[in-house]
Amino acid sequence: MGKGQRTPGKYRRNFKRYKYIYLMLLPVVLYYAVFCYAPMGGVVIAFQNFKPALGIAGSKWVGMKHFVDFLTGPFAWRLIRNTLLINVLQIMFAFPVPILLALLINEIHCKPYKKAVQTISYMPHFISLVVMCGLLVTFSRSDGIFNDFLSLFGVERSNLLGNANWFRPLYVLSGIWQEAGWGSIIYLATLSGIDPGLYEAATIDGASRFQRMIYVSFPGLLPIIIVQLIMRIGNILTTGFEKVFLLYSPLTYETADIISTYIYRQGLELSNYSYGTAVGLFNSVVNLLILVLANRFIGKLTGESLW
Amino acid sequence: MKKKKLTGDHVFAGIAYGLMGLMALICLYPMWHVVMASFSDPIELMRHSGVILKPLGHSVEGYKVVIQNPNIPRSYLNTICYVLAGTAVNMFLTTLGAYALSRKGYLFKRTLTLLIVFTMYFNAGLVPNFLLVKGLGMYNSVLALILPGAVSTWNLIVMKTGFQSVPVSLEESARLDGANDFTILFRIFLPLSKATVAVMILFYAVGHWSSWFNAMLYLRDRAKFPLQLIMREILISNSANGNASADTDVMFLQEVVKYATIVVSTVPILFIYPFAQKYFMAGVMMGSVKE
Repeated sequence: MGKGQRTPGKYRRNFKRYKYIYLMLLPVVLYYAVFCYAPMGGVVIAFQNFKPALGIAGSKWVGMKHFVDFLTGPFAWRLIRNTLLINVLQIMFAFPVPILLALLINEIHCKPYKKAVQTISYMPHFISLVVMCGLLVTFSRSDGIFNDFLSLFGVERSNLLGNANWFRPLYVLSGIWQEAGWGSIIYLATLSGIDPGLYEAATIDGASRFQRMIYVSFPGLLPIIIVQLIMRIGNILTTGFEKVFLLYSPLTYETADIISTYIYRQGLELSNYSYGTAVGLFNSVVNLLILVLANRFIGKLTGESLW
Repeated sequence: MKKKKLTGDHVFAGIAYGLMGLMALICLYPMWHVVMASFSDPIELMRHSGVILKPLGHSVEGYKVVIQNPNIPRSYLNTICYVLAGTAVNMFLTTLGAYALSRKGYLFKRTLTLLIVFTMYFNAGLVPNFLLVKGLGMYNSVLALILPGAVSTWNLIVMKTGFQSVPVSLEESARLDGANDFTILFRIFLPLSKATVAVMILFYAVGHWSSWFNAMLYLRDRAKFPLQLIMREILISNSANGNASADTDVMFLQEVVKYATIVVSTVPILFIYPFAQKYFMAGVMMGSVKE
Protein backbone atom coordinates (compact mmCIF):
# COMPACT_ATOMS: atom_id res chain seq x y z
CA MET A 1 0.00 0.00 0.00
CA GLY A 2 1.58 3.26 -1.15
CA LYS A 3 1.48 6.56 0.65
CA GLY A 4 -0.89 8.00 -1.88
CA GLN A 5 -3.64 5.70 -0.71
CA ARG A 6 -3.75 7.17 2.81
CA THR A 7 -6.96 9.02 2.14
CA PRO A 8 -10.51 8.81 3.49
CA GLY A 9 -11.23 6.70 0.43
CA LYS A 10 -8.86 4.05 1.67
CA TYR A 11 -10.64 3.90 5.03
CA ARG A 12 -14.00 3.64 3.32
CA ARG A 13 -12.76 0.81 1.11
CA ASN A 14 -11.23 -0.98 4.07
CA PHE A 15 -14.42 -0.56 6.05
CA LYS A 16 -16.50 -1.91 3.19
CA ARG A 17 -14.22 -4.86 2.59
CA TYR A 18 -14.09 -5.87 6.24
CA LYS A 19 -17.59 -4.79 7.22
CA TYR A 20 -18.46 -8.17 8.74
CA ILE A 21 -15.27 -8.22 10.75
CA TYR A 22 -16.07 -4.80 12.16
CA LEU A 23 -19.60 -5.98 12.90
CA MET A 24 -18.22 -8.98 14.79
CA LEU A 25 -15.81 -6.80 16.72
CA LEU A 26 -18.51 -4.40 17.80
CA PRO A 27 -19.86 -6.35 20.81
CA VAL A 28 -16.35 -7.36 21.89
CA VAL A 29 -15.03 -3.81 21.69
CA LEU A 30 -18.10 -2.64 23.57
CA TYR A 31 -17.44 -5.19 26.30
CA TYR A 32 -13.82 -4.14 26.74
CA ALA A 33 -14.69 -0.47 26.61
CA VAL A 34 -17.45 -0.72 29.21
CA PHE A 35 -16.19 -3.39 31.59
CA CYS A 36 -12.42 -2.98 31.38
CA TYR A 37 -11.52 0.52 30.26
CA ALA A 38 -14.39 2.49 31.81
CA PRO A 39 -13.38 1.28 35.30
CA MET A 40 -9.76 2.17 34.46
CA GLY A 41 -11.00 5.69 33.86
CA GLY A 42 -12.90 5.43 37.11
CA VAL A 43 -9.58 4.98 38.87
CA VAL A 44 -9.31 8.80 39.02
CA ILE A 45 -11.48 8.69 42.12
CA ALA A 46 -8.36 7.43 43.91
CA PHE A 47 -7.23 11.06 43.82
CA GLN A 48 -10.55 12.43 45.09
CA ASN A 49 -12.86 12.28 48.06
CA PHE A 50 -15.44 10.58 45.92
CA LYS A 51 -19.06 10.87 46.95
CA PRO A 52 -21.52 8.96 44.74
CA ALA A 53 -24.07 11.75 45.15
CA LEU A 54 -21.63 14.34 43.78
CA GLY A 55 -20.19 12.17 41.01
CA ILE A 56 -16.64 12.38 39.68
CA ALA A 57 -17.11 15.92 38.42
CA GLY A 58 -18.42 17.23 41.72
CA SER A 59 -16.16 15.42 44.18
CA LYS A 60 -13.20 17.15 45.78
CA TRP A 61 -9.66 16.42 44.52
CA VAL A 62 -7.18 15.44 47.19
CA GLY A 63 -4.12 14.38 45.20
CA MET A 64 -2.02 11.59 46.67
CA LYS A 65 -3.64 11.78 50.12
CA HIS A 66 -5.09 8.25 50.09
CA PHE A 67 -1.84 6.69 48.92
CA VAL A 68 0.07 8.46 51.68
CA ASP A 69 -2.59 7.48 54.20
CA PHE A 70 -2.30 3.85 53.21
CA LEU A 71 1.48 3.67 53.10
CA THR A 72 1.97 5.52 56.38
CA GLY A 73 -0.99 3.81 58.04
CA PRO A 74 -0.71 1.06 60.65
CA PHE A 75 -1.69 -1.79 58.32
CA ALA A 76 0.38 -1.18 55.20
CA TRP A 77 3.37 -3.20 56.34
CA ARG A 78 1.29 -6.10 57.67
CA LEU A 79 -0.77 -6.26 54.46
CA ILE A 80 2.19 -6.11 52.10
CA ARG A 81 4.09 -8.64 54.20
CA ASN A 82 1.17 -11.08 54.33
CA THR A 83 0.43 -10.76 50.63
CA LEU A 84 4.02 -11.37 49.63
CA LEU A 85 4.61 -14.10 52.21
CA ILE A 86 1.57 -16.18 51.25
CA ASN A 87 2.64 -16.03 47.62
CA VAL A 88 6.32 -16.65 48.27
CA LEU A 89 5.45 -19.66 50.41
CA GLN A 90 3.23 -20.92 47.63
CA ILE A 91 5.96 -20.49 45.06
CA MET A 92 8.47 -22.21 47.33
CA PHE A 93 6.32 -25.15 48.39
CA ALA A 94 3.37 -25.48 46.01
CA PHE A 95 5.01 -24.57 42.71
CA PRO A 96 7.56 -27.45 42.63
CA VAL A 97 5.04 -30.17 43.60
CA PRO A 98 3.40 -30.58 40.16
CA ILE A 99 6.85 -30.81 38.57
CA LEU A 100 7.84 -33.54 40.99
CA LEU A 101 4.54 -35.34 40.43
CA ALA A 102 5.00 -35.23 36.67
CA LEU A 103 8.54 -36.59 36.89
CA LEU A 104 7.43 -39.47 39.12
CA ILE A 105 4.21 -40.25 37.21
CA ASN A 106 6.36 -40.32 34.09
CA GLU A 107 8.34 -43.17 35.68
CA ILE A 108 5.20 -45.31 36.03
CA HIS A 109 5.08 -47.63 33.04
CA CYS A 110 2.07 -49.70 34.10
CA LYS A 111 -0.65 -48.01 32.00
CA PRO A 112 -3.76 -48.68 34.15
CA TYR A 113 -1.96 -47.67 37.35
CA LYS A 114 -0.68 -44.49 35.71
CA LYS A 115 -4.13 -43.64 34.41
CA ALA A 116 -5.71 -44.22 37.82
CA VAL A 117 -3.14 -42.10 39.62
CA GLN A 118 -3.60 -39.27 37.13
CA THR A 119 -7.40 -39.32 37.15
CA ILE A 120 -7.54 -39.32 40.94
CA SER A 121 -4.99 -36.57 41.32
CA TYR A 122 -6.92 -34.24 38.98
CA MET A 123 -10.19 -34.69 40.86
CA PRO A 124 -9.69 -32.19 43.70
CA HIS A 125 -9.39 -29.46 41.07
CA PHE A 126 -13.08 -29.91 40.25
CA ILE A 127 -14.26 -29.35 43.77
CA SER A 128 -15.40 -25.75 43.93
CA LEU A 129 -13.43 -23.34 46.08
CA VAL A 130 -16.38 -22.82 48.43
CA VAL A 131 -16.74 -26.55 49.03
CA MET A 132 -12.99 -27.04 49.45
CA CYS A 133 -12.83 -24.24 52.00
CA GLY A 134 -15.94 -25.62 53.68
CA LEU A 135 -14.19 -28.96 54.02
CA LEU A 136 -11.11 -27.27 55.39
CA VAL A 137 -13.20 -25.40 57.96
CA THR A 138 -14.91 -28.65 59.01
CA PHE A 139 -11.68 -30.62 59.23
CA SER A 140 -9.90 -27.85 61.15
CA ARG A 141 -12.52 -27.54 63.90
CA SER A 142 -11.44 -28.65 67.36
CA ASP A 143 -13.42 -31.88 66.94
CA GLY A 144 -12.35 -32.28 63.31
CA ILE A 145 -10.09 -34.86 61.76
CA PHE A 146 -6.98 -32.65 61.70
CA ASN A 147 -7.22 -32.32 65.46
CA ASP A 148 -7.86 -36.06 65.81
CA PHE A 149 -4.57 -36.52 64.04
CA LEU A 150 -2.64 -33.82 65.90
CA SER A 151 -3.86 -35.03 69.28
CA LEU A 152 -2.06 -38.30 68.62
CA PHE A 153 1.12 -36.25 68.97
CA GLY A 154 -0.08 -34.56 72.11
CA VAL A 155 -1.10 -31.28 70.46
CA GLU A 156 -4.00 -29.74 72.34
CA ARG A 157 -7.27 -29.51 70.40
CA SER A 158 -8.18 -26.09 69.05
CA ASN A 159 -9.84 -24.53 66.06
CA LEU A 160 -6.87 -24.38 63.70
CA LEU A 161 -8.40 -21.75 61.44
CA GLY A 162 -8.86 -19.49 64.44
CA ASN A 163 -5.13 -19.56 65.06
CA ALA A 164 -2.96 -17.12 63.13
CA ASN A 165 0.02 -19.50 63.21
CA TRP A 166 -1.87 -22.18 61.36
CA PHE A 167 -3.30 -20.01 58.62
CA ARG A 168 -0.37 -20.04 56.20
CA PRO A 169 0.38 -23.78 56.43
CA LEU A 170 -3.29 -24.64 55.96
CA TYR A 171 -3.59 -22.24 53.06
CA VAL A 172 -0.56 -23.59 51.23
CA LEU A 173 -1.17 -27.28 51.97
CA SER A 174 -4.81 -27.17 50.92
CA GLY A 175 -3.70 -25.45 47.73
CA ILE A 176 -1.26 -28.26 47.03
CA TRP A 177 -3.98 -30.83 47.67
CA GLN A 178 -6.35 -29.16 45.27
CA GLU A 179 -4.08 -28.07 42.42
CA ALA A 180 -0.90 -30.18 42.35
CA GLY A 181 -2.35 -33.00 40.23
CA TRP A 182 -3.99 -30.63 37.82
CA GLY A 183 -0.83 -28.55 37.56
CA SER A 184 1.16 -31.62 36.57
CA ILE A 185 -0.77 -32.05 33.30
CA ILE A 186 1.22 -29.44 31.46
CA TYR A 187 4.54 -30.94 32.58
CA LEU A 188 3.46 -34.49 31.78
CA ALA A 189 2.49 -33.45 28.28
CA THR A 190 5.86 -31.79 27.83
CA LEU A 191 7.60 -34.93 29.06
CA SER A 192 5.74 -37.08 26.55
CA GLY A 193 7.16 -34.85 23.82
CA ILE A 194 10.79 -35.48 24.74
CA ASP A 195 12.68 -37.40 22.03
CA PRO A 196 12.93 -41.08 23.13
CA GLY A 197 16.33 -41.17 21.45
CA LEU A 198 17.71 -39.05 24.29
CA TYR A 199 16.66 -41.66 26.84
CA GLU A 200 18.09 -44.46 24.71
CA ALA A 201 21.40 -42.67 24.35
CA ALA A 202 21.54 -42.06 28.10
CA THR A 203 20.76 -45.72 28.79
CA ILE A 204 23.55 -46.83 26.47
CA ASP A 205 25.91 -44.49 28.31
CA GLY A 206 25.00 -46.34 31.48
CA ALA A 207 22.62 -43.84 33.08
CA SER A 208 20.28 -45.31 35.69
CA ARG A 209 16.55 -44.52 35.67
CA PHE A 210 17.06 -41.93 38.35
CA GLN A 211 19.89 -40.31 36.39
CA ARG A 212 17.75 -40.26 33.26
CA MET A 213 15.05 -38.42 35.18
CA ILE A 214 17.54 -35.86 36.46
CA TYR A 215 19.62 -35.38 33.31
CA VAL A 216 17.07 -35.94 30.51
CA SER A 217 13.54 -35.39 31.80
CA PHE A 218 14.19 -32.41 34.04
CA PRO A 219 16.16 -30.33 31.50
CA GLY A 220 13.37 -31.06 29.02
CA LEU A 221 10.92 -29.42 31.41
CA LEU A 222 13.03 -26.40 32.19
CA PRO A 223 11.71 -23.97 29.53
CA ILE A 224 8.08 -24.57 30.47
CA ILE A 225 8.93 -24.36 34.18
CA ILE A 226 10.43 -20.93 33.61
CA VAL A 227 7.42 -19.62 31.69
CA GLN A 228 5.09 -20.96 34.38
CA LEU A 229 7.24 -19.38 37.07
CA ILE A 230 7.18 -15.95 35.44
CA MET A 231 3.42 -16.10 35.10
CA ARG A 232 3.06 -17.17 38.71
CA ILE A 233 5.28 -14.35 39.91
CA GLY A 234 3.29 -11.94 37.78
CA ASN A 235 0.15 -12.89 39.68
CA ILE A 236 1.73 -12.39 43.04
CA LEU A 237 -0.54 -9.60 44.21
CA THR A 238 -3.74 -10.69 42.51
CA THR A 239 -4.19 -14.33 43.45
CA GLY A 240 -5.75 -15.77 46.51
CA PHE A 241 -8.39 -13.17 47.28
CA GLU A 242 -11.40 -15.49 47.24
CA LYS A 243 -9.68 -18.24 49.19
CA VAL A 244 -8.35 -15.91 51.89
CA PHE A 245 -11.76 -14.26 52.05
CA LEU A 246 -13.44 -17.62 52.66
CA LEU A 247 -10.95 -18.78 55.28
CA TYR A 248 -9.88 -15.76 57.28
CA SER A 249 -11.48 -14.09 60.28
CA PRO A 250 -10.54 -11.20 62.58
CA LEU A 251 -8.73 -13.81 64.72
CA THR A 252 -6.27 -14.47 61.92
CA TYR A 253 -5.87 -10.99 60.36
CA GLU A 254 -2.33 -10.88 61.70
CA THR A 255 -1.18 -13.49 59.16
CA ALA A 256 -4.13 -13.78 56.79
CA ASP A 257 -5.22 -10.27 55.91
CA ILE A 258 -3.89 -9.42 52.45
CA ILE A 259 -4.10 -6.27 50.37
CA SER A 260 -7.10 -7.38 48.33
CA THR A 261 -9.17 -8.43 51.35
CA TYR A 262 -8.32 -5.10 52.98
CA ILE A 263 -9.52 -3.32 49.84
CA TYR A 264 -12.79 -5.22 50.07
CA ARG A 265 -13.38 -4.25 53.69
CA GLN A 266 -12.32 -0.65 53.31
CA GLY A 267 -13.73 0.02 49.88
CA LEU A 268 -16.98 -1.90 49.89
CA GLU A 269 -17.93 -2.79 53.46
CA LEU A 270 -17.05 0.64 54.83
CA SER A 271 -17.76 2.42 51.51
CA ASN A 272 -14.46 4.32 51.53
CA TYR A 273 -14.59 4.22 47.75
CA SER A 274 -11.68 6.54 47.07
CA TYR A 275 -9.39 4.95 49.63
CA GLY A 276 -10.21 1.44 48.40
CA THR A 277 -9.56 2.49 44.81
CA ALA A 278 -6.23 4.05 45.77
CA VAL A 279 -5.04 0.90 47.52
CA GLY A 280 -6.27 -1.14 44.56
CA LEU A 281 -4.38 1.07 42.11
CA PHE A 282 -1.24 0.76 44.21
CA ASN A 283 -1.71 -3.01 44.15
CA SER A 284 -2.23 -3.19 40.36
CA VAL A 285 0.73 -0.97 39.55
CA VAL A 286 3.11 -2.84 41.83
CA ASN A 287 1.86 -6.11 40.40
CA LEU A 288 2.52 -4.97 36.85
CA LEU A 289 6.00 -3.82 37.87
CA ILE A 290 6.78 -7.17 39.47
CA LEU A 291 5.67 -8.98 36.32
CA VAL A 292 7.78 -6.81 34.04
CA LEU A 293 10.82 -7.10 36.31
CA ALA A 294 10.46 -10.86 36.76
CA ASN A 295 10.13 -11.28 33.04
CA ARG A 296 13.18 -9.17 32.33
CA PHE A 297 15.31 -10.71 35.09
CA ILE A 298 14.49 -14.31 34.26
CA GLY A 299 14.74 -13.52 30.57
CA LYS A 300 18.29 -12.25 31.01
CA LEU A 301 19.14 -15.27 33.10
CA THR A 302 17.76 -17.96 30.84
CA GLY A 303 16.71 -16.55 27.49
CA GLU A 304 13.08 -17.55 28.15
CA SER A 305 10.49 -14.82 28.46
CA LEU A 306 6.79 -14.09 28.14
CA TRP A 307 7.00 -11.57 25.33
CA MET B 1 27.82 -54.85 37.62
CA LYS B 2 24.90 -54.98 35.27
CA LYS B 3 22.71 -56.77 37.75
CA LYS B 4 23.38 -54.20 40.45
CA LYS B 5 22.26 -51.31 38.25
CA LEU B 6 19.08 -53.16 37.44
CA THR B 7 18.16 -53.46 41.10
CA GLY B 8 18.86 -49.79 41.64
CA ASP B 9 16.37 -49.01 38.90
CA HIS B 10 13.88 -51.34 40.51
CA VAL B 11 14.19 -49.61 43.85
CA PHE B 12 13.68 -46.27 42.17
CA ALA B 13 10.63 -47.53 40.28
CA GLY B 14 9.27 -48.97 43.51
CA ILE B 15 9.65 -45.61 45.22
CA ALA B 16 7.91 -43.83 42.33
CA TYR B 17 5.01 -46.32 42.33
CA GLY B 18 4.68 -46.17 46.09
CA LEU B 19 4.82 -42.37 46.37
CA MET B 20 2.28 -41.88 43.62
CA GLY B 21 -0.04 -44.43 45.20
CA LEU B 22 0.23 -42.55 48.48
CA MET B 23 -0.46 -39.28 46.68
CA ALA B 24 -3.58 -40.74 45.08
CA LEU B 25 -4.78 -41.89 48.50
CA ILE B 26 -4.26 -38.42 49.95
CA CYS B 27 -6.23 -36.89 47.07
CA LEU B 28 -9.03 -39.40 47.43
CA TYR B 29 -9.43 -39.66 51.20
CA PRO B 30 -11.16 -36.33 51.97
CA MET B 31 -13.78 -37.06 49.31
CA TRP B 32 -14.26 -40.58 50.62
CA HIS B 33 -14.60 -39.18 54.14
CA VAL B 34 -17.34 -36.81 53.01
CA VAL B 35 -19.38 -39.47 51.22
CA MET B 36 -19.11 -41.98 54.06
CA ALA B 37 -19.91 -39.37 56.69
CA SER B 38 -22.95 -38.20 54.73
CA PHE B 39 -24.52 -41.67 55.02
CA SER B 40 -23.61 -42.03 58.70
CA ASP B 41 -25.82 -42.01 61.73
CA PRO B 42 -25.79 -38.40 63.03
CA ILE B 43 -25.13 -39.28 66.66
CA GLU B 44 -22.43 -41.82 65.93
CA LEU B 45 -20.79 -39.29 63.61
CA MET B 46 -20.67 -36.67 66.36
CA ARG B 47 -19.07 -39.14 68.79
CA HIS B 48 -16.59 -40.49 66.26
CA SER B 49 -13.06 -39.22 65.88
CA GLY B 50 -10.45 -40.10 63.30
CA VAL B 51 -10.74 -41.58 59.84
CA ILE B 52 -14.00 -42.92 58.47
CA LEU B 53 -13.60 -45.86 56.13
CA LYS B 54 -17.25 -46.92 55.94
CA PRO B 55 -20.53 -45.29 57.03
CA LEU B 56 -21.00 -45.28 60.81
CA GLY B 57 -24.37 -46.94 60.93
CA HIS B 58 -26.74 -46.16 58.11
CA SER B 59 -28.84 -43.08 57.76
CA VAL B 60 -30.06 -40.75 55.07
CA GLU B 61 -31.31 -38.13 57.56
CA GLY B 62 -28.84 -35.61 56.20
CA TYR B 63 -30.15 -35.97 52.68
CA LYS B 64 -33.73 -35.60 53.90
CA VAL B 65 -32.89 -32.26 55.46
CA VAL B 66 -31.02 -31.14 52.35
CA ILE B 67 -33.95 -31.92 50.09
CA GLN B 68 -36.41 -30.24 52.42
CA ASN B 69 -34.32 -27.09 52.63
CA PRO B 70 -35.96 -24.93 49.94
CA ASN B 71 -32.77 -22.93 49.45
CA ILE B 72 -30.90 -25.81 47.93
CA PRO B 73 -33.16 -26.91 45.05
CA ARG B 74 -33.87 -23.28 44.21
CA SER B 75 -30.23 -22.19 44.21
CA TYR B 76 -29.37 -25.32 42.28
CA LEU B 77 -31.81 -24.32 39.59
CA ASN B 78 -30.47 -20.75 39.64
CA THR B 79 -26.95 -21.99 39.15
CA ILE B 80 -27.98 -24.13 36.21
CA CYS B 81 -29.66 -21.12 34.59
CA TYR B 82 -26.62 -18.91 35.22
CA VAL B 83 -24.27 -21.55 33.81
CA LEU B 84 -26.37 -21.91 30.65
CA ALA B 85 -27.02 -18.23 30.05
CA GLY B 86 -23.56 -17.09 31.12
CA THR B 87 -21.75 -19.64 29.00
CA ALA B 88 -23.92 -18.79 25.98
CA VAL B 89 -23.02 -15.10 26.27
CA ASN B 90 -19.34 -16.00 26.85
CA MET B 91 -19.21 -18.21 23.79
CA PHE B 92 -21.02 -15.74 21.55
CA LEU B 93 -18.62 -12.92 22.35
CA THR B 94 -15.49 -15.03 22.51
CA THR B 95 -16.15 -16.74 19.19
CA LEU B 96 -16.81 -13.51 17.33
CA GLY B 97 -13.84 -11.79 18.95
CA ALA B 98 -11.46 -14.68 18.37
CA TYR B 99 -12.44 -14.97 14.73
CA ALA B 100 -12.03 -11.25 14.13
CA LEU B 101 -8.68 -11.14 15.90
CA SER B 102 -7.43 -14.09 13.88
CA ARG B 103 -8.14 -12.23 10.57
CA LYS B 104 -5.75 -9.77 8.96
CA GLY B 105 -6.00 -6.56 7.03
CA TYR B 106 -8.55 -4.49 8.90
CA LEU B 107 -7.61 -1.21 10.55
CA PHE B 108 -6.53 -0.84 14.17
CA LYS B 109 -6.02 -4.59 14.56
CA ARG B 110 -2.69 -4.18 16.34
CA THR B 111 -3.90 -1.46 18.66
CA LEU B 112 -7.00 -3.45 19.49
CA THR B 113 -5.03 -6.62 20.22
CA LEU B 114 -2.66 -4.70 22.47
CA LEU B 115 -5.51 -3.05 24.36
CA ILE B 116 -7.16 -6.42 24.90
CA VAL B 117 -3.99 -8.20 26.04
CA PHE B 118 -3.18 -5.32 28.40
CA THR B 119 -6.31 -6.10 30.43
CA MET B 120 -4.74 -9.42 31.40
CA TYR B 121 -1.95 -7.64 33.22
CA PHE B 122 -3.71 -4.63 34.62
CA ASN B 123 -7.18 -4.07 35.94
CA ALA B 124 -8.90 -1.20 37.64
CA GLY B 125 -9.53 -3.06 40.85
CA LEU B 126 -12.50 -4.07 42.92
CA VAL B 127 -14.00 -0.71 43.82
CA PRO B 128 -14.24 0.94 40.36
CA ASN B 129 -15.69 -2.29 38.96
CA PHE B 130 -18.25 -2.40 41.72
CA LEU B 131 -19.21 1.24 41.20
CA LEU B 132 -19.54 0.65 37.47
CA VAL B 133 -21.87 -2.32 37.85
CA LYS B 134 -23.94 -0.37 40.36
CA GLY B 135 -23.91 2.69 38.13
CA LEU B 136 -25.21 0.65 35.21
CA GLY B 137 -28.20 -0.32 37.32
CA MET B 138 -27.27 -3.97 37.49
CA TYR B 139 -27.33 -4.15 41.29
CA ASN B 140 -29.47 -7.09 42.41
CA SER B 141 -29.77 -8.13 38.79
CA VAL B 142 -28.71 -11.42 37.29
CA LEU B 143 -26.95 -9.42 34.57
CA ALA B 144 -24.28 -8.53 37.13
CA LEU B 145 -23.25 -12.20 37.13
CA ILE B 146 -23.14 -12.47 33.35
CA LEU B 147 -21.96 -9.26 31.75
CA PRO B 148 -18.86 -8.33 33.77
CA GLY B 149 -16.42 -11.05 32.80
CA ALA B 150 -18.40 -11.90 29.64
CA VAL B 151 -15.09 -12.35 27.84
CA SER B 152 -12.11 -14.03 29.44
CA THR B 153 -9.13 -12.54 27.65
CA TRP B 154 -7.16 -15.70 28.25
CA ASN B 155 -9.82 -17.84 26.54
CA LEU B 156 -10.14 -15.30 23.75
CA ILE B 157 -6.43 -15.55 22.96
CA VAL B 158 -6.46 -19.34 23.17
CA MET B 159 -9.39 -19.54 20.76
CA LYS B 160 -7.80 -17.04 18.41
CA THR B 161 -4.67 -19.21 18.33
CA GLY B 162 -6.88 -22.21 17.57
CA PHE B 163 -8.56 -20.38 14.67
CA GLN B 164 -5.19 -19.40 13.23
CA SER B 165 -4.40 -23.06 12.65
CA VAL B 166 -7.32 -23.48 10.23
CA PRO B 167 -5.84 -23.79 6.71
CA VAL B 168 -6.06 -20.54 4.75
CA SER B 169 -6.98 -22.38 1.54
CA LEU B 170 -10.37 -23.39 2.96
CA GLU B 171 -11.23 -19.79 3.70
CA GLU B 172 -10.05 -18.62 0.29
CA SER B 173 -12.09 -21.14 -1.65
CA ALA B 174 -15.17 -20.35 0.43
CA ARG B 175 -14.71 -16.66 -0.32
CA LEU B 176 -14.49 -17.41 -4.05
CA ASP B 177 -17.85 -19.14 -3.69
CA GLY B 178 -19.21 -15.90 -2.27
CA ALA B 179 -19.23 -16.77 1.42
CA ASN B 180 -19.02 -13.86 3.87
CA ASP B 181 -17.22 -13.88 7.22
CA PHE B 182 -20.24 -15.11 9.17
CA THR B 183 -20.68 -18.08 6.84
CA ILE B 184 -16.97 -18.83 7.02
CA LEU B 185 -16.97 -18.66 10.81
CA PHE B 186 -20.03 -20.83 11.35
CA ARG B 187 -19.66 -23.25 8.44
CA ILE B 188 -15.89 -23.72 8.35
CA PHE B 189 -14.07 -22.47 11.43
CA LEU B 190 -16.40 -23.70 14.16
CA PRO B 191 -16.91 -27.21 12.72
CA LEU B 192 -13.13 -27.53 12.32
CA SER B 193 -12.46 -26.31 15.87
CA LYS B 194 -14.85 -28.56 17.78
CA ALA B 195 -12.23 -29.50 20.38
CA THR B 196 -11.35 -25.86 21.05
CA VAL B 197 -15.02 -24.96 21.33
CA ALA B 198 -15.64 -27.83 23.75
CA VAL B 199 -12.72 -26.72 25.90
CA MET B 200 -13.95 -23.13 25.97
CA ILE B 201 -17.47 -24.19 26.92
CA LEU B 202 -16.12 -26.34 29.73
CA PHE B 203 -13.86 -23.63 31.11
CA TYR B 204 -16.59 -21.02 31.09
CA ALA B 205 -19.20 -23.41 32.48
CA VAL B 206 -17.00 -24.51 35.36
CA GLY B 207 -16.23 -20.86 36.06
CA HIS B 208 -19.92 -19.99 36.36
CA TRP B 209 -20.66 -23.13 38.33
CA SER B 210 -18.11 -22.35 41.03
CA SER B 211 -18.42 -18.56 41.15
CA TRP B 212 -19.97 -16.98 44.22
CA PHE B 213 -18.19 -13.70 44.87
CA ASN B 214 -20.02 -11.55 42.32
CA ALA B 215 -23.30 -13.01 43.53
CA MET B 216 -22.39 -12.04 47.08
CA LEU B 217 -21.47 -8.52 45.96
CA TYR B 218 -24.39 -7.78 43.70
CA LEU B 219 -27.39 -9.92 44.69
CA ARG B 220 -29.61 -8.97 47.61
CA ASP B 221 -32.54 -11.24 46.81
CA ARG B 222 -32.04 -14.66 48.36
CA ALA B 223 -34.31 -16.12 45.70
CA LYS B 224 -31.62 -15.31 43.13
CA PHE B 225 -28.67 -16.79 45.03
CA PRO B 226 -26.60 -19.41 43.20
CA LEU B 227 -25.75 -22.73 44.81
CA GLN B 228 -22.21 -21.79 45.84
CA LEU B 229 -23.40 -18.81 47.84
CA ILE B 230 -25.88 -21.00 49.74
CA MET B 231 -23.08 -23.53 50.20
CA ARG B 232 -20.92 -20.84 51.68
CA GLU B 233 -23.62 -20.01 54.22
CA ILE B 234 -24.09 -23.65 55.18
CA LEU B 235 -20.43 -24.65 55.27
CA ILE B 236 -18.57 -21.54 56.29
CA SER B 237 -20.75 -18.75 57.67
CA ASN B 238 -22.64 -21.31 59.77
CA SER B 239 -26.03 -19.70 59.42
CA ALA B 240 -27.19 -23.09 58.21
CA ASN B 241 -30.78 -23.93 57.45
CA GLY B 242 -31.95 -20.35 57.76
CA ASN B 243 -34.89 -20.09 60.13
CA ALA B 244 -34.71 -23.71 61.28
CA SER B 245 -31.33 -23.30 62.95
CA ALA B 246 -32.78 -22.72 66.41
CA ASP B 247 -34.36 -26.15 66.26
CA THR B 248 -32.28 -28.54 68.41
CA ASP B 249 -33.45 -31.38 66.25
CA VAL B 250 -31.63 -29.83 63.35
CA MET B 251 -28.64 -28.77 65.46
CA PHE B 252 -27.49 -32.32 66.07
CA LEU B 253 -28.08 -33.11 62.43
CA GLN B 254 -25.94 -30.23 61.29
CA GLU B 255 -22.83 -32.31 60.76
CA VAL B 256 -24.46 -34.92 58.49
CA VAL B 257 -26.34 -32.17 56.70
CA LYS B 258 -23.08 -30.44 55.81
CA TYR B 259 -21.62 -33.60 54.37
CA ALA B 260 -24.81 -34.42 52.48
CA THR B 261 -24.89 -30.89 51.04
CA ILE B 262 -21.33 -31.27 49.80
CA VAL B 263 -22.19 -34.56 48.12
CA VAL B 264 -25.31 -33.17 46.48
CA SER B 265 -23.52 -30.08 45.20
CA THR B 266 -20.32 -31.74 44.02
CA VAL B 267 -21.36 -35.09 42.58
CA PRO B 268 -22.71 -33.71 39.28
CA ILE B 269 -19.40 -32.07 38.44
CA LEU B 270 -17.34 -35.08 39.47
CA PHE B 271 -19.71 -37.26 37.46
CA ILE B 272 -19.29 -35.22 34.29
CA TYR B 273 -15.57 -34.90 34.80
CA PRO B 274 -14.30 -38.33 33.63
CA PHE B 275 -16.18 -37.86 30.36
CA ALA B 276 -14.84 -34.38 29.84
CA GLN B 277 -11.34 -35.08 31.14
CA LYS B 278 -9.68 -35.21 27.74
CA TYR B 279 -11.12 -31.82 26.82
CA PHE B 280 -9.95 -30.26 30.05
CA MET B 281 -6.48 -31.63 29.46
CA ALA B 282 -6.50 -30.38 25.90
CA GLY B 283 -7.49 -26.99 27.31
CA VAL B 284 -4.54 -26.87 29.67
CA MET B 285 -2.26 -27.58 26.75
CA MET B 286 -3.86 -24.94 24.54
CA GLY B 287 -3.32 -22.40 27.28
CA SER B 288 0.35 -23.19 27.43
CA VAL B 289 0.96 -22.23 23.82
CA LYS B 290 3.03 -19.12 24.02
CA GLU B 291 1.76 -16.19 22.05
